[in-house]
Amino acid sequence: MNCEDVRTLLDGYADGELDLVNHLQIEQHVVECEDCSQRVKKTAGLSKALSDDAFYYRAPNELREKIRISLGPPEREAAMERWWNWRWLPALATAAVATAVLMTMLVFLLPTRSADDMLASEIVSAHVRSMMIDNHLTDVPSSDQHTVKPWFDGKLDFAPPVIDLDGQGFKLIGGRLDYAAGRPVAALVYQRRQHKINLFIFPSDSTSNTPNKILLKQGYSVIHWDRSGMTFWAISDLNLNELQEFAQDLQS
Amino acid sequence: MEAGALVSSESKIESFEESFLPHLDAAYNLARWLTRDPTDADDVVQEAYFRAFKFFDSFHGGDSRSWLLKIVRNTCYTWLQKNRPREIVYELDEEMHVAPTGNPEKDLLEDLDRRELRRLVEELPPSNREILVFRDIQGLSYKEIAAITELPIGTVMSRLARARKRLQAAAGIQLPEVSAG
Repeated sequence: MNCEDVRTLLDGYADGELDLVNHLQIEQHVVECEDCSQRVKKTAGLSKALSDDAFYYRAPNELREKIRISLGPPEREAAMERWWNWRWLPALATAAVATAVLMTMLVFLLPTRSADDMLASEIVSAHVRSMMIDNHLTDVPSSDQHTVKPWFDGKLDFAPPVIDLDGQGFKLIGGRLDYAAGRPVAALVYQRRQHKINLFIFPSDSTSNTPNKILLKQGYSVIHWDRSGMTFWAISDLNLNELQEFAQDLQS
Repeated sequence: MEAGALVSSESKIESFEESFLPHLDAAYNLARWLTRDPTDADDVVQEAYFRAFKFFDSFHGGDSRSWLLKIVRNTCYTWLQKNRPREIVYELDEEMHVAPTGNPEKDLLEDLDRRELRRLVEELPPSNREILVFRDIQGLSYKEIAAITELPIGTVMSRLARARKRLQAAAGIQLPEVSAG
């Protein structure tokens, strides 16, 4: 490969977006070519400078409210009253009975979703909830693993591993108690740039380690694995590559 | 019938809010960079959410953030076309006529003053600006950017390269020229 060929792929290389074959070829070239190596360095410097939180404009709080109000029908309750009328009662009662019968039948007829799939939905909901409500993200806001870990003491019947990944670019910002899989779980919150990562931890049913299971759900990247008797679910709006990096850093 | 319709619209609002309100920051950030004004960004985002709600029935799950950002982006361009048509200039030539303004001693953009860097990004044409916002500021993958802009991934990569080159040129950062070999 000469510089001309390499140049068209350098940005993809610097962004870690190339397929393995191209990646290795460029890597090889960059080692040998000072000019191209300079370019990669400059591109990476630019990306790093722009990834600073100072360049990310957050929505003002009032905007959230404005959107909510614009979506909702005006005076929801008043509208409910207007539509409610006693003459609906017999019809509603019949409908309720019919629905109950139908639901009972459905329970037996529908194929059940896998436990993992249901848990994934729960994890997504827990993540979304933690992002929606102010101050719900962390109960113990701290970047110090030695503050976060003891905080869980006495609140859970297990001790979640709290790992510092600041050096790898994932800043611990705190922890909180959450509820998933029918039990209280530990949720650790990390941050990369402006992206929050929720890491849910709870004791696993089996003691074997499992490889990472990766899925995309509602636009979130989700990675799930079992290790040393604990189940881990990492979820974020971060892109999948970086979340995989996070999972690898945790496991190494 | 009406009672039923009302209930279903309530739950529609709820599921819409659950899918899309968590991406409000991403929506606002994009609109803020494209309009370069907080009040205009506010208006555009509201309009975009209104449109998204209108088309919500055509959203069949999947990547809700990309779906929303696609609408925000379109709303931004419609807004720019109407209010600042002169800003949407398509760059026909690849040549760049940008006067270097940066400090020649600075070698990496990292060293630039943030305010200066923000100004330089704001002065780029919207098509350059948006791709930097998507990749470097929002941290989206090429695949996600391709989904939002409806461009092939290869085009995403070449546009990104062009935008970065232009920004570096504007900052007065010298890049080594292609050497034969």
